[in-house]
Amino acid sequence: MDRPRFRPHAGKITVDNMIENKDLREEEFLINMGPQHPSTHGVLRLILKMEGEFIRDLTPYVGYLHRSIEKIAENRTYNQFMPFTDRIDYCASMPSNLAWATAVEKLAAIEVPERAEYLRVIMVELNRIASHLIWLGTMSLDLGAVTPFLYAFREREWILDLFEMTCGQRLTYHYIRIGGVARDIPVEFEKSCRAFIKDFRRRVDDYEAILTENPIFLGRTKDIGILPLDLAKDLGASGPTIRGSNYGWDIRKVEPYSVYDRFDFQIPIGANGDVWDRYMVRIEEFRQSCKIIEQALDGLPEGDTVRSKLPTVLRPPAGEVFSRIEAPRGEMGYYIVSNGDKKPFRVKIRTASYGNLQCLRPTSIGLKIADLVAIFGSLDVILPEVDR
Amino acid sequence: MGIIEKVPAYIERLPGGGIVTTSMDWVLNQSRASSLWYMLFGLACCAIEMMAAGASRYDFDRFGMIFRASPRQADLMFVAGTVTHKMSKRVKLLYEQMAEPSYVFAMGGCACNGGPFYYDCYSVLKGIDQVIPVDIYIPGCPPRPESLMEGCLKLQEKIKKEKMSDWASDRKEV
Repeated sequence: MDRPRFRPHAGKITVDNMIENKDLREEEFLINMGPQHPSTHGVLRLILKMEGEFIRDLTPYVGYLHRSIEKIAENRTYNQFMPFTDRIDYCASMPSNLAWATAVEKLAAIEVPERAEYLRVIMVELNRIASHLIWLGTMSLDLGAVTPFLYAFREREWILDLFEMTCGQRLTYHYIRIGGVARDIPVEFEKSCRAFIKDFRRRVDDYEAILTENPIFLGRTKDIGILPLDLAKDLGASGPTIRGSNYGWDIRKVEPYSVYDRFDFQIPIGANGDVWDRYMVRIEEFRQSCKIIEQALDGLPEGDTVRSKLPTVLRPPAGEVFSRIEAPRGEMGYYIVSNGDKKPFRVKIRTASYGNLQCLRPTSIGLKIADLVAIFGSLDVILPEVDR
Repeated sequence: MGIIEKVPAYIERLPGGGIVTTSMDWVLNQSRASSLWYMLFGLACCAIEMMAAGASRYDFDRFGMIFRASPRQADLMFVAGTVTHKMSKRVKLLYEQMAEPSYVFAMGGCACNGGPFYYDCYSVLKGIDQVIPVDIYIPGCPPRPESLMEGCLKLQEKIKKEKMSDWASDRKEV
């Protein structure tokens, strides 16, 4: 193969001299990033058109984890599909479960006991913290900081202990069911949960002490990957991605579901939509989630009914329904078409990561390749949500 | 001299020290079994449990297992998650890029046989062993970090039984 070879220079080595000798080449070239790459958080593949260090164009290729979950939904009954919702967003299984449960409950007009609603809120907010902890660990690992990864997973194990004592699983919970939750929480849950919240508030300050004002971290994140608000709206971004761009779009506030309208919490927003703003939004959400969990534990109604009585085979009436919730990554919704049968006729899943992934190209063009890792980490895309 | 008594070796005492005579098999197997570097390669849900196993509480470093981002530096590959038909070619390529001897874990139900995506699913490969040879199968959806560790201990047992004379016949057919 005929490759351009390095030629020794006659005389002084300067940039002009190198260009004259055609050793310093200027043409564009393509780089393949992924599907196996430590910073793509799964199996995303990017084709980068580079000019030196700078990104000129970028194309994400998806579909390496397409598991045909929407097709499977057409062949399962409403209750049987619940375990598959765990696997759509495995970092946050509880919100995925909740989205499916609320959609089916809206379709079939099922009442949920109040205690179950409170338990759902507690579990979903705990899972939001766990999901953001994975994001914090992996993003800081991509930026070269190893310590926050170990800290974040240490706190996450405590949350997983809480889940494990409730439903016996560490990652794919299948705890929120149609018409309520699977079972009541054990006696020692509340004490352990309160201890966790008390401890975790201090830990969030620790993360901030490590990262927020760290000059290296600021240099990697401040004014990098700015996402303007109108662009974010056009691309269908949601969750912390759009909240970082100074827009308080949160389904918990704009379209309250479950019992979220009873709690007092704020929606953190960023100033100009760079990587640092998206980071700060998620850090602030840690604190707000703690606040919600404490209020839910205080107001948890007494009783032992956590699941309403349902027929063995659920046959919702014919019709269409769309129901959405605020998952850790943004808006997650299920669009169900029912023809009155025990299986749904068609299920369309709206996931947050697909919209957020669209923001990668416009934010990273013109920046250096090292910034791409920071931007991708801040979008918190999870690939099975994109491919489904 | 605690560890040296467990070595299948002959020790000759000399003034000021000694000479340990042992088999090459034992030395190589022992060193390979106790420094298994695994490839950082997450596919789906099981990757999170793999990360948890490498992180604070479970701490894979105790086994001498450190993650490497490149297949060229790795001895061990966890196929952690669902392998689709589209991804299977890439997994095979990654396996072929690993230096010999290399070992493969099928982690989780999906990598073992398709798991929950066995029925009604047109895009998922029904088990990674249709593409690459698998040493250890770990069932579970996803398996706990403890079962991952149990699998690693089993793999260490397997490595310690290997013989140099078998290496030539065990070479990959590319």
